[in-house]
Amino acid sequence: MAEAHPVGFQWVMEAKRRGAKVFHVDPRFTRTSAVADAYLPIRAGTDIALLGGVVRYILDNELDFREYVLAYTNAATIVSAEFSDTEDGDGFFSGFDPETGTYVQDSWQYEGHEGSSGSGHTAQERDSAAGLTHESHGAQVGGQTRRDETLQHPRCVYQILKRHFSRYTPEMVERVCGISEAQFLELARAWTQNSGRDRTGMLVYSVGWTQHSVGVQYIRTGAIIQLLLGNMGRPGGGVMALRGHASIQGSTDIPTLFNLLPGYLPMPHHAEHPSFDEWVDSIRHPGQKGFWGNARSFAASLLKAYWGDAATPENDFCYGYLPRMTGDHGTYQQVLNMIDGKIKGYFLLGQNPAVGSAHGRAQRLGMANLDWLVVRDLFMIESATFWQNGPEVATGEIVPQECRTEVFFLPAASHVEKEGTFTQTQRLLQWREKAVEPPGDARSELWFFYHLGRKLREKLAGSPLPRDRALLDLTWDYPTHGPHAEPSAEAVLREINGYDVATGAPLSSFAEARADGSTAVGCWIYTGVYADGVNQAARRKSRHEQDWVAAEWGWAWPANRRILYNRASADPDGNPWSERKRYVWWDADKGEWTGYDVPDFEKTKPPSYRPPSGASGTEGIAGDDPFVMQGDGKGWLYAPSGVLDGPLPTHYEPVESPVRNPLYGQQANPTRKMYAHPVNSVNPSPPQEHSQVFPYVFTVSRLTEHHTAGAMSRTVSPLAELQPEMFVEVSPELAGEVGLAHLGWAHLVSGRAVIEAKVLVTDRLTPLRVDGRVIHQVWLPYHFGFEGLVTGDSANDLFGISLDPNVLIQESKVGTCDVRPGRRPTGPALLDLVADYQRRAGINPGRGWGSSPIPASVSVARRVRWPARSGTVCRRVASICWVCRTTTPAL
Amino acid sequence: MFRGSLAWEGVSGLGLRTFIEGWPVYRQLTGTDPLGRGAAAKSDGSRALTARTDTADSVARSVCPYCAVGCGQRVFVKDGRVSQIEGDPDSPISRGRLCPKGSASKSLVTSPLRQTTVRYRRPYSTQWEDLDLDTALDMIADRILAAREQTWEDVDTQGRPLNRTLGISSLGGATLDNEENYLIKKLFTAMGALQIENQARI
Ligand code: SF4
Ligand code: SF4
Repeated sequence: MAEAHPVGFQWVMEAKRRGAKVFHVDPRFTRTSAVADAYLPIRAGTDIALLGGVVRYILDNELDFREYVLAYTNAATIVSAEFSDTEDGDGFFSGFDPETGTYVQDSWQYEGHEGSSGSGHTAQERDSAAGLTHESHGAQVGGQTRRDETLQHPRCVYQILKRHFSRYTPEMVERVCGISEAQFLELARAWTQNSGRDRTGMLVYSVGWTQHSVGVQYIRTGAIIQLLLGNMGRPGGGVMALRGHASIQGSTDIPTLFNLLPGYLPMPHHAEHPSFDEWVDSIRHPGQKGFWGNARSFAASLLKAYWGDAATPENDFCYGYLPRMTGDHGTYQQVLNMIDGKIKGYFLLGQNPAVGSAHGRAQRLGMANLDWLVVRDLFMIESATFWQNGPEVATGEIVPQECRTEVFFLPAASHVEKEGTFTQTQRLLQWREKAVEPPGDARSELWFFYHLGRKLREKLAGSPLPRDRALLDLTWDYPTHGPHAEPSAEAVLREINGYDVATGAPLSSFAEARADGSTAVGCWIYTGVYADGVNQAARRKSRHEQDWVAAEWGWAWPANRRILYNRASADPDGNPWSERKRYVWWDADKGEWTGYDVPDFEKTKPPSYRPPSGASGTEGIAGDDPFVMQGDGKGWLYAPSGVLDGPLPTHYEPVESPVRNPLYGQQANPTRKMYAHPVNSVNPSPPQEHSQVFPYVFTVSRLTEHHTAGAMSRTVSPLAELQPEMFVEVSPELAGEVGLAHLGWAHLVSGRAVIEAKVLVTDRLTPLRVDGRVIHQVWLPYHFGFEGLVTGDSANDLFGISLDPNVLIQESKVGTCDVRPGRRPTGPALLDLVADYQRRAGINPGRGWGSSPIPASVSVARRVRWPARSGTVCRRVASICWVCRTTTPAL
Repeated sequence: MFRGSLAWEGVSGLGLRTFIEGWPVYRQLTGTDPLGRGAAAKSDGSRALTARTDTADSVARSVCPYCAVGCGQRVFVKDGRVSQIEGDPDSPISRGRLCPKGSASKSLVTSPLRQTTVRYRRPYSTQWEDLDLDTALDMIADRILAAREQTWEDVDTQGRPLNRTLGISSLGGATLDNEENYLIKKLFTAMGALQIENQARI
């Protein structure tokens, strides 16, 4: 955190000054470790084992915040008798379908709800990254649930949790993660001792957690701990995601993502959502409790904002205009489709995939096979010049005279040359004033897209084609100003906020959204940012003039609420858990919730409220159910639906690992998304043969002085000067083993690429003893590329493409490689080296690794022990299983 | 300041006091600036200097463009150019601080490496050419329409609507404003382009 979010880290130091104990868990000793109370080096990719150890420590010693856990979580809820755990399935939950590599989730449900998982579509849910739609709300649960308040029922969540994590002992943590028992116990003790009525503990993570084939389950494990310890919805608690770009939160809320529409409404799927009603019902789940009951109003109001007068209740608000998903349309699928010549044109808007995305070679080969490419950036980035200066030009794979891609480079306006809002990592919108005009041809994206849309509509005017109606009927009449006819960002923000169609008056709260076409709302979770016709995101009341919550600085979604689910900061009766942790509470005299923050609860619903039987929507949420977006109002220790790789986190090894999974026969996440494509490959891991060809673990992260793919830092002289060269950090032990000299050169080889870097021999990296042997890890910054003031090989070139099944994010924080002294070969010899490694490792790119259909030639081998469905058989082919990607059957 | 000591012999009583009071160490020990980082360290030379922030024509309240902490910035403008970018002391998030990247923001926006004109690379060409911005916009619009034409899908095999093109992709948004992301998504959705992604997927 000190390294990548330095100014945010001042608050950790502030807490430390007041007595907080800071633990830093990282494969590499960083600037954060230097000031932490304890530094725990960990083997990359094993965080679930560590955190699972903490869960076990809490449950075994009964250190959970029992009153909170009983009232606010689903610990007491009883799960279906059909559920079976990974403990019984050697790494598989019940319901696994080996043909698709996904789960049928019926058996994971609460007792009596077996049919309500929406299951049978998990392969489709994976393709559409459906997990992302749960960012603002939980998955569904209908009706009442059975509970055992004594937590003794063998099938209550509490007992299931206990059994699931029973083998995550301190010894196992040491064996898997390389963290000593003593260090682990110090962490577990401090965390539990600093949680409860009077104290709260916080868990902070960054992108390093999301870039794993089990990334979502990392975060789930953290959330389980925080729920067990009563740290959610309370000041000083929570699971805090530190995101990496100025408005990456905003671009998720108002998504430039294929599977979402603004406010986490799903992009329609051709088979699931043929009609408006089916689409809306898939979001609101008729009969379900919680705030999503109003989904129809949010959906209708969005379409009204898009298509204005053309959108009427009679034509389902032009729902028919929306494009439909049929499968996985994510960025990695797109890149493979580019290589295959299926994509004509590509826009890059302030993003540099040639350096920043996994498998840089695939990225560049894809861009070299387009009809046209539009790059909008401040600087001439690698993704604009791959055809001229890229590594594939050196190897002869891209020949400029033969590269057909037409490239438009359009200069972009910087953050001081336009006005608008960023949403920072705590959901806080801050408006930026424009300081100066952009230079030359530089323009904002607002300008580019507004005028592009204007031109498209002009060119299509009068078109009789049905497909052009959506463009021609679009509301696209933003006022412009200035010498370049810049559209008004405030006008766009007003549309995002939403307004009454008849009067144009801005809405103040999403509760005012209507399903009858009388309101238009661009992003319902942002409603209120323009309340009272005032740009609330522009508020800049000094911190010296308000309390510590600082509610009058910017505006946080939803409803300017700074801590989500803050009803949980009061006990079930509505009183603060303690004076010290007072935040939001029930004022019995006034009959309303009050506090330092905007209460995350219906203002006048008393703690004693109990829903009438059969109640749905917000009416179904009891006065002591703080998690109002969840179908049962509870915090989910166990997720009966919505998480595609299991209701509970399970330790799987990274897709590429030198270590056999010490906990289960199943080596890696069985539901991960893989692509069988000639450019893609996976280095072998045990129990496959040849894993020793890539004996070392590598991980990548940021330096303080650089920013992601380097376009905004390797081009800026003070930053380039501070970190001028690509390097690799290796431990003295590894340097000795491989023969590396400090400040000399090394090259690293994976099944995809070979890159070189200067060697930094340092004890910032610790060889770890894992499962009885020594594992060496190396670390690289991923900021370097071939353009800018300072250049170097790109670390992301080493990675292949394997994705988390929930959100389709790639595993690019851990992989295996070989490390060799000296510089890498150049030209075609470089390709020969990679090919030689592939041959030695038995890698046959594009074959045997994908989630593609199993070939007809596969012979039935034997029945599996954990039949997902009766009659399921092992699909092992020749040497490698198509399902589990192992060489030995799990039996 | 130290040059005064050369005239030591000639100073009168009053002159001596002025001299001693003019001595930074004395001011540091006796004045309100014991750390010697403000008034005590001033010289005639430094007194004549003015901060860029004092002479700015205007100040814009802004936000750091790098990571998602969202540190407050004040952007100082002189003669239509950015003259300085500093941390905003009013911000409850950053309390006036900026890290090395945030502090380099002025160098970022005024970098001589910034591209300020449209560049165009024809298919199979080995070099860049110049292109007029409006022409570029027009050419891009034509290519979008052609890609839709070539790859448009009205319905699936069972006649259910698809309304889309898989011939167009886009990547980016995490470094952009909410208002920009809104227009990007709105326009692409209306043109039937589904494959819109950004750093949040990466
Ligand atoms: S080898 Fe066969 S039994 Fe073993 S995990 Fe794969 S499919 Fe199941
Ligand atoms: S100044 Fe540093 S910590 Fe603050 S937002 Fe910018 S990059 Fe992040």
